[in-house]
Amino acid sequence: MTTLTVDNLSLRYGEKTVLERVSLPEIPAGSLVGILGPNGAGKSTLLRALAGTGRYSGTVHIDGEPLQGMSFLRRVGLIGYLPQELPQPTTLVAYEAVISACRAVRPDLSTAAVEGATEETFDRLGIRHLAFHRLNALSGGQRQMVGLAQVVVRKPALLLLDEPTSALDLRWQIGVLNVIRNIISERDGLCLMALHDINFALRYCDYIALFGAGRRLAFGPPSDAMTPDVLRAAYRIEGRIETCSQGKPFVVTDSVAAADDYGMAGTQHF
Amino acid sequence: MSALAEPGASAAPQHRESLATGYRRFVFRRVLWLTVLTILLVASVLCNIANGPAGLDIGTVITGIFDPATLPIAERIIIWDVRLPYALMAAIVGACLGLAGAEMQTVLNNSLASPSTLGVMYAATLGASLAIVFDLAGPLGIPENYIVPVCAFVGAVASILLIQTLSRAYGATVDTVVLFGIAMVFALQALISLIQFVADSDSLQQIVFWTMGSLARATWEKLAIITAVFAICLPLSIRQVWKMTALRGGESYAISFGVSVERLRLIVLLRVSVLTAVAVAFTGVIGFIGLVGPHIARLAFGEDHRFYLPGSALAGAFILSGASIASKSIVPGILIPDGIVTALIGIPLFLGLLLAQKRRPQ
Repeated sequence: MTTLTVDNLSLRYGEKTVLERVSLPEIPAGSLVGILGPNGAGKSTLLRALAGTGRYSGTVHIDGEPLQGMSFLRRVGLIGYLPQELPQPTTLVAYEAVISACRAVRPDLSTAAVEGATEETFDRLGIRHLAFHRLNALSGGQRQMVGLAQVVVRKPALLLLDEPTSALDLRWQIGVLNVIRNIISERDGLCLMALHDINFALRYCDYIALFGAGRRLAFGPPSDAMTPDVLRAAYRIEGRIETCSQGKPFVVTDSVAAADDYGMAGTQHF
Repeated sequence: MSALAEPGASAAPQHRESLATGYRRFVFRRVLWLTVLTILLVASVLCNIANGPAGLDIGTVITGIFDPATLPIAERIIIWDVRLPYALMAAIVGACLGLAGAEMQTVLNNSLASPSTLGVMYAATLGASLAIVFDLAGPLGIPENYIVPVCAFVGAVASILLIQTLSRAYGATVDTVVLFGIAMVFALQALISLIQFVADSDSLQQIVFWTMGSLARATWEKLAIITAVFAICLPLSIRQVWKMTALRGGESYAISFGVSVERLRLIVLLRVSVLTAVAVAFTGVIGFIGLVGPHIARLAFGEDHRFYLPGSALAGAFILSGASIASKSIVPGILIPDGIVTALIGIPLFLGLLLAQKRRPQ
C-alpha cells in the first residue's frame, strides 16, 4: 500500500524557482497520476525531486515516511524513476543494460533473482526479442522500452516516469500504460507520469495534476480538474472540454489566448 | 516499432530457452575471444624474448624460462636479465594503459578520451624534465637511476590531486573534469617548453628521449612495482564493473538507479591516474595504447565491463608487446623508442577500427 503526500514543496532549477509551495493531497494507492503543464512548468524537476535526486524544500511523505530521512537502499527499493531522455545508443546489449541497472545498486540480490526479474520484465514489456540487440542498433522507441525495463526490473512501488511514451507509437503507448497499471496494482503502488499529450492523460489517468506559472493550477479526477480556465492559465490557449461518446472528457483546442485574457503576462516559463 | 511484439501479452512460454541461458550462449564468443587474446599475448611475449641482436629460437626461450640451469650462461643472462624484464614490462605497461583508457572512456563518456586526456602524462614529463635539468638526484638523496621515475610519478600525482580538488569543488561532471583536464594539458605543455628552453643541450636531449617513451630501462625491480600497482587496481576496477556498465546506458539513468555517478567518476579517475603515472614514470610517454586498447575491446567484447575491462587490458598488453617487437626489428641492432613505434602502428590501427565501426550496419 503506497501513498504519497506532498506539502509546501518548492523547487529550483539552477537559480530560478520553478515551483513555489506546491502541495498535493494524499494520493491513494493504485492510482495513475498524469503530471501536465507547459514546457518549463517544472514537471521533470518535480519528478526528480520526488525520486530523491534533486534538491527541494518542503516535505514529501511516502507511506507516511519522510523522503528526506529515507536510507539509500530503502529509496532504491521503493522508487523507480525514468528520466526524460532515452538511454544512450552504445554497444551495450539490452539484456546487459537491464541486468546492470539491477546489479549496480542491489549487490544483495542473488544472480538467480536478478536473472528471473530481468526475464519477467522483458516478457512483460514484450521486448524479449530485443534482449541481445545492441542499444545503438535499436530505434528510439525500442530504446525507450529498454529504459523502462531498467526501471521496472526492480519492481518499485512508486513509479516516477518522465514522458515514458514520448518516442512510442499509439499501440505501444497503450501497451506501456497497461503494463504500468498491472505493476502498480500488483504492488498496490502508485505512478506519477509527466505527459505532454493532454487527451492521453485525460483518457487513461485516474488523477491529473496541472502545473503552470510556478504553482499547481489543478488537481483531481480528469473530468473535474480540466476546465477551459485552467487550460488558459496553464497553456495560454482557448479550448473546450468536450465529452466523447463513451463519456470521457477530451480537450479541443481553438486558438492562442489573447495576452490580456489570462492575466499572467510575463510568467511564461521558457 | 513495427518489429516489436505486443507489450503486456507474454508469448507462449513453452519450450523456450530462458534469457539467461541465451545470454550465456551469446557471451560464449566473448570468452573465446578473451582466450584467443590471452594466447596471442603469451605468444607475443615469447616472440619478444626470442627477438634481438643475439637470435634465440622459441624452443630455447621456453627451456630457458622453465629450466634455466640447462642453458649456457650467456643465453641464460640474455633471457633472464635482458629480454624477460623487457618483454614483461611491455605487457604490463600495455595492460595498465589499456585498463586505464577503458575506464577513462567510460567515466568521461567519450571514446576519444585516454589516460593522457587529463594531462597525467604531461605532468609526468614535467616531473621528469625537472629531475633531468636540475639534477635532483644529489639534493634529494634518491639513487641516480630512480630520480627520473620518482619525479615523474610525483609530478603525475600532483596533477591528479589538483584535478581531484578542483572537480570536488566545482562538481565532477564530465564537462568540468574535461575542462580542467584540457586547461592542465596546455599549462603543463607550456611549462615543459619553458624548461626545455632553459635546459642545456645535454639535458634537452635526455628530456626529448624520455618523451619518446622506451621500455629499454626495464628491470625486475621496476617490473615488480608496476605489476603490484596493476594487481591492486584491477580488483578495485572489478568491484565497480556493474556501476560502470550501468553508466554506459546514460548518466541520467545511472543516477536514477541510485549510482552516485560523480563519486564513481572521481574514484575511477584516481585509479586511472595512478595506473598511468606508475606506467609512464618508468617508460616515458607512451601514447595511443590507452586510446586503441578500449576500441579493440569494445569491438570484440561490447561494453559489459566484465569483458570490456579485461579485454582492454589484454589488448593494450598485446599491442605494446607487438610494438616492442617491431621497435627491435624495424632497423636490426637499433632500438627505436617504443613511444614512436606505438604511435606509428597505433594511428592506422585506430583509424581503421573507427572507420570499420562506421561502415558496420547499425
